[in-house]
Amino acid sequence: MLIKNKKTRAALIALLALGSAAAWPRVVVAETVLRIGMTAADIPRTLGQPDQGFEGNRFTGLTMYDALTSWDLSSADKPSVVIPGLATEWKVDDADKTKWTFKLRPGVTFHDGSPFNADAVVWNVEKVLKQDAPQFDASQVGVTASRMPTLASARKIDDMTVELTTKEPDSFLPINLTNLFMASPAKWQAFYDKAEGADAKAKSQAAWTAFAKDASGTGPWKMASFTPRERLELVKNASYWDKARVPKIDKMVLLPMPEANARTAALLSGQVDWVEAPAPDALPELKQRGFKLYANEQPHVWPWQFSRVEGSPWNDIRVRKAANLCVDREGLKDGLLAGLMVPASGTFEPGHPWRGKPSFEIKYDKAAAQKLMQEAGYGPNKKLTVKTQTSASGSGQMQPLPMNEYLQQALAECYFDVKLDVIEWNTLFTNWRRGAKDPSANGSHATNVTYAAMDPFFALVRFLQSGMAPPVSNNWGFINNPKFDELVKKARQTFDPAARDAALAELHAASVDDAAFLYVAHDVGPRAMSPKVTGVVQPKSWFIDFSPVSIAQ
Amino acid sequence: MLAYTARRIVYVVPIVISVALVCFLLVHITPGDPLVAVLPADASQELAAQLRAAYGFDRPLPVQFGLWLLRALHGDLGNSIATGRPVLAEVMRAVGNTVTLAIAAAIIGFTMGILLGLIAGYFRETWVDKVATSFAIAGVSVPHYWLGMLLVIIFSVQLNWLPAVGAGPSGSNSWAWDWAHLKYLVLPAITTSVIPMGIVTRTVRALTGDILSQDFVEALRAKGLRETGVFRHVIKNAAPTALAVMGLQLGYMLGGSILIETVFSWPGSGFLLNSAIFQRDLPLLQGTILILALFFVFLNLLVDIAQAAIDPRIKRG
Repeated sequence: MLIKNKKTRAALIALLALGSAAAWPRVVVAETVLRIGMTAADIPRTLGQPDQGFEGNRFTGLTMYDALTSWDLSSADKPSVVIPGLATEWKVDDADKTKWTFKLRPGVTFHDGSPFNADAVVWNVEKVLKQDAPQFDASQVGVTASRMPTLASARKIDDMTVELTTKEPDSFLPINLTNLFMASPAKWQAFYDKAEGADAKAKSQAAWTAFAKDASGTGPWKMASFTPRERLELVKNASYWDKARVPKIDKMVLLPMPEANARTAALLSGQVDWVEAPAPDALPELKQRGFKLYANEQPHVWPWQFSRVEGSPWNDIRVRKAANLCVDREGLKDGLLAGLMVPASGTFEPGHPWRGKPSFEIKYDKAAAQKLMQEAGYGPNKKLTVKTQTSASGSGQMQPLPMNEYLQQALAECYFDVKLDVIEWNTLFTNWRRGAKDPSANGSHATNVTYAAMDPFFALVRFLQSGMAPPVSNNWGFINNPKFDELVKKARQTFDPAARDAALAELHAASVDDAAFLYVAHDVGPRAMSPKVTGVVQPKSWFIDFSPVSIAQ
Repeated sequence: MLAYTARRIVYVVPIVISVALVCFLLVHITPGDPLVAVLPADASQELAAQLRAAYGFDRPLPVQFGLWLLRALHGDLGNSIATGRPVLAEVMRAVGNTVTLAIAAAIIGFTMGILLGLIAGYFRETWVDKVATSFAIAGVSVPHYWLGMLLVIIFSVQLNWLPAVGAGPSGSNSWAWDWAHLKYLVLPAITTSVIPMGIVTRTVRALTGDILSQDFVEALRAKGLRETGVFRHVIKNAAPTALAVMGLQLGYMLGGSILIETVFSWPGSGFLLNSAIFQRDLPLLQGTILILALFFVFLNLLVDIAQAAIDPRIKRG
């Protein structure tokens, strides 16, 4: 049958085309999902200021939120340094070094669609600093304020400019601000307006509780669903402001798995694709079964922090240097820790901008160590008894007991008689603040608490400055060295980033030359994952960027 | 009976107050700072004092206890220091998961225990008895967590039949009795069931053997009753004691197991206790212990009243 009418023919052809198109097999693109087993026993807090230390920042901070400044996590080779985040540039006031101006990134919106601007920055500073602000939340103060101890207030200059004030001149501020995550004021306000409560404080608490279940930041990941203590599901923020960091994976599921064997089993059985800190004794099997292992030097130090109170044997620099020279760190790494550490020769290793050029080289040299001890008056028949307080476990403590027993044996060869005082982790952590003179030190000459070395205050100042002695901060051993104090002041008051880094390097070199600690190891943040996971860059950082990660389904 | 019940309830009051006091003091007398979860060691004194006041830890202990008890009586156990979430909701959710696990473990453990016990008792001193008794001994002797890991290695890692950890599939926010959820329950339930299985087996075996050796059984047989009929009498006589043992075991299981729940990342009360201890989350720790302790107290009260209702001779003063 020939259809002569052109219109009818065209209509029929269109109909046939539509019909055949409908009959084509649909190309269904499967959702890509990455499932991660965390070491945390619970999902870190989701309301903008995570708990559970830097694991919290890694999973519920840097994923859903941004800060004014950020870490460059793009390289596995170079140390992570601070880069612009929600602020594109910043400078300190030439006349008043306590005032900083931050230019904000234009065109950024929160996940709820509200704009990110100067009001949002002021609101977020006040959530942890201004006690009479409606959004003030005491539970977020502890994990924030101590990481930016000098920040005093924030003031809007215009929509895209904000002024931050510090209590004293402090060039570390831009580094510390990586810890202040920007939550959406508009979203919180909506919860506050709906909240029930006897007073404004109760309403505020209810608003934060609601916000934690339905969070809104500006980060590359958005909250999809949250089951307390079971899982947090994040989906990619396709309209993230940094197009280069829009996640490649559709969904990321975070699962708390505090037990190392359980995490490893979950990975081996295919229940998760990625685990943090797999069980060390399972590494050979993981490798043999084709799982990928990632590890890199972290800004983390596993030390003995010496007591420098009167009468302490560590007051003799020869003894401090001898201890540092008597430990075979390579042996510790290859034997006990199955390669999962980097030998420490200071707080920062070569290549780091704050390393400097110490003249005292921390390495394994037993003969030199023995010589120093003999010069100090000790020998095979006159051993020096030192007591160290440690714990059997704890966050970041790696393998404290076996590692300390290793040190005990190693130092015995250099005429040390090491006694260990093993106490519960939280108690050790509390005692850390009380100092070597406190009865809680139980007569110990050293304490073994690991520390993060992400920023100058955490890495150096709190231990080396005399004013940081207990009860102020963590100068547990009451170090009182005028040179350190002078260098701390210089670093803090040097506002050119390159010059500040140089001053910090000078401080670090001085601390190594003084053998301020027994530097033993840096953790390497081991993680294992399925061969399906690709694009992983493990930087020299506690953090990791999930945006470039892909997974084959 | 009413007077007895009222008396028993009155007796519970000082027990509850004592339990609350012990829960409160236990976590306060241990060394360390209760704010360690939220207060970094670098915090200034001012900040520490501010937070201590915000959480009420700056007040004298008796005042803290009084306020805590008063709030607890109104169903407010405070908020978790670590998460800010209400403790009561956290504990009830965890208890719900533990109850699910306990029910599944009880079904497996009691069924297996009764069957093995009856078989062992009936075929006493034979190889059948020896095999069944070996199971029972293994059940009470094998460390829980070791068995859990072994099951995970076999059924999750090697065979890939069952999930190794968790309490439900991705996207599921509550428990459901379907295979998607049940498969998460199998391994922890089997692990939890082995001790009750062993204890019930041994109890039922002893009861069965004892009853079978009594004169009335001979009389029943002499009267021409078939073995199935005799067995029915045995079960009837063994039931009260066996049920009491099973009740006790169920109570223990409902308390949750830190080890098993941690090995399987099962979000029950044991897992919650582990988190609370690890994070030194004082309100959560107190709340969890209190609720679990009260659970035992009230379970005992119910058992006492039920026993008295069934058999008035056992009413106690």
